[in-house]
Amino acid sequence: MKKIAANMVLALVGVTLVMLLWATLSQTVAKDLPSPLKTWEESKVYVLQPFDKRGEMDQGILRMAGYSLFRVAKGFLLAVLIGTPLGFLLGASNLFYKMFDPTIQVLRPISPLAWLPLGLVLFRQSEPAALFTIALCSMWPTVINTMQGVRAMPQDYHNVARVLRLSAWKRLTKVWLPATLPFMFTGYRLSLGLAWLVIVAAEMLTGTPGVGGFLWHGRNTTA
Amino acid sequence: MPFIEMHDVGKSFGAREVLAGVNFSMEEGEFVSIVGASASGKTTLLKIVSGLLEPGCGQVTMAGESVTGFSSQAAIVFQNYSLLPWLSALENVRLAVEAAFPSYSRARQDEHSERYLKMVGLGGALARRPSQLSGGMRQRVAIARAFAVEPRVMFLDEPFGALDALTRATLQQELARMCSEAGRPVTALMITNNVDEAILLSDRILTLSRGPSASLSPAVPIDLPRPRATDLLFHDEQAVRIRGRLAGFLAAGSRPRFGAPTNAAFSRGVSKSNVPVEA
Repeated sequence: MKKIAANMVLALVGVTLVMLLWATLSQTVAKDLPSPLKTWEESKVYVLQPFDKRGEMDQGILRMAGYSLFRVAKGFLLAVLIGTPLGFLLGASNLFYKMFDPTIQVLRPISPLAWLPLGLVLFRQSEPAALFTIALCSMWPTVINTMQGVRAMPQDYHNVARVLRLSAWKRLTKVWLPATLPFMFTGYRLSLGLAWLVIVAAEMLTGTPGVGGFLWHGRNTTA
Repeated sequence: MPFIEMHDVGKSFGAREVLAGVNFSMEEGEFVSIVGASASGKTTLLKIVSGLLEPGCGQVTMAGESVTGFSSQAAIVFQNYSLLPWLSALENVRLAVEAAFPSYSRARQDEHSERYLKMVGLGGALARRPSQLSGGMRQRVAIARAFAVEPRVMFLDEPFGALDALTRATLQQELARMCSEAGRPVTALMITNNVDEAILLSDRILTLSRGPSASLSPAVPIDLPRPRATDLLFHDEQAVRIRGRLAGFLAAGSRPRFGAPTNAAFSRGVSKSNVPVEA
């Protein structure tokens, strides 16, 4: 208990020091940087009424975060729904792997935001274009990890499936899925992280309401 | 006509010929063991007979038909148990039972699986996962799984190889008991490197010469009455004689693994295993 209190005090000291540094910087070298006090004055309406909706871009911070979270969830779900079966196919079939792995290795390192213009051309609307970008960018860790999981499955499990003469469905649900599940979840975790990274940038560019849109709007409306 | 027959079977991996000119046959209801030193190609042989591996040349038939894959009438016990770690003991057995008896109701599949687990003394560990079982208990589950599908033939690939001597002895007796209590003659082909194990369980023992290019020797029949207690191996005249002969064969069959010239072997220092022993 005492230790927790001491840790909290230390953390508070740290925050105070950073604030002081911020205030000093805004007073001295970086004159364009608003001071902590001014920042609070300007943003308190968004923080103190976090769920208010006053206009399209004029909404409370938690409401904005909610939009972003919801969008991330949708894009991530899409990535999982496409990425998992794709990873399974790549891992299970050598033919499929040899056919599509080179293409995937080329597509994978493409910068997240490079997909956005294509999305906008395809869907003509910012919302589906943002989802398209998130799904496409965050899909790869799921694909690669699921593939690795299937490929790394011990020969024993293949043997069991073979000698017990399991049906295709049983083979999938009782052997393959449980064996690759840990790998799949590693992929999902990485994908979710990527999706959250991509969303802010995607919203900035499309100007949709959300954390990124809010930031961009803020920058545009401050002189 | 023999139940299982191998005719002039050979198998190579790359340039290394593992098996050459293997001829073998067994009748239904026989328990046959193949004894060989490790790395002699025993497991390859078993994989070919059971249909898990295609022979390089020659023919394998079971019940008059050419073997093309693992038969629905067969079961196999692997050395490393090969249980699925995310399923309980009961679920592991039931997975096999479901595949073998799809027409059974769920309740009957459960009851059937449970019966076989009780038979190997695991009635109290049905819900336990393999990680919560000892090595011996895991192999009991694997044996129950093999018996539970009521196969026409059972393949045993060094079934007790990974177990300590004491557990091994217990499980050998259990397996013998399961075979005698099955209500019909069990057809089984066992691969082992343990001569005593083979004598305790088999009707007939064959030896596989040390690879490369291993082949089978003529069979040694074991006419000892069953059940066979372990001390039989030390007191019974026939058992002692067979034991000596087989052990001698295994020792004589030992030579440097890749057939290196004797001189090279000597220049590297003489070890017991690469000096031919008179049997």
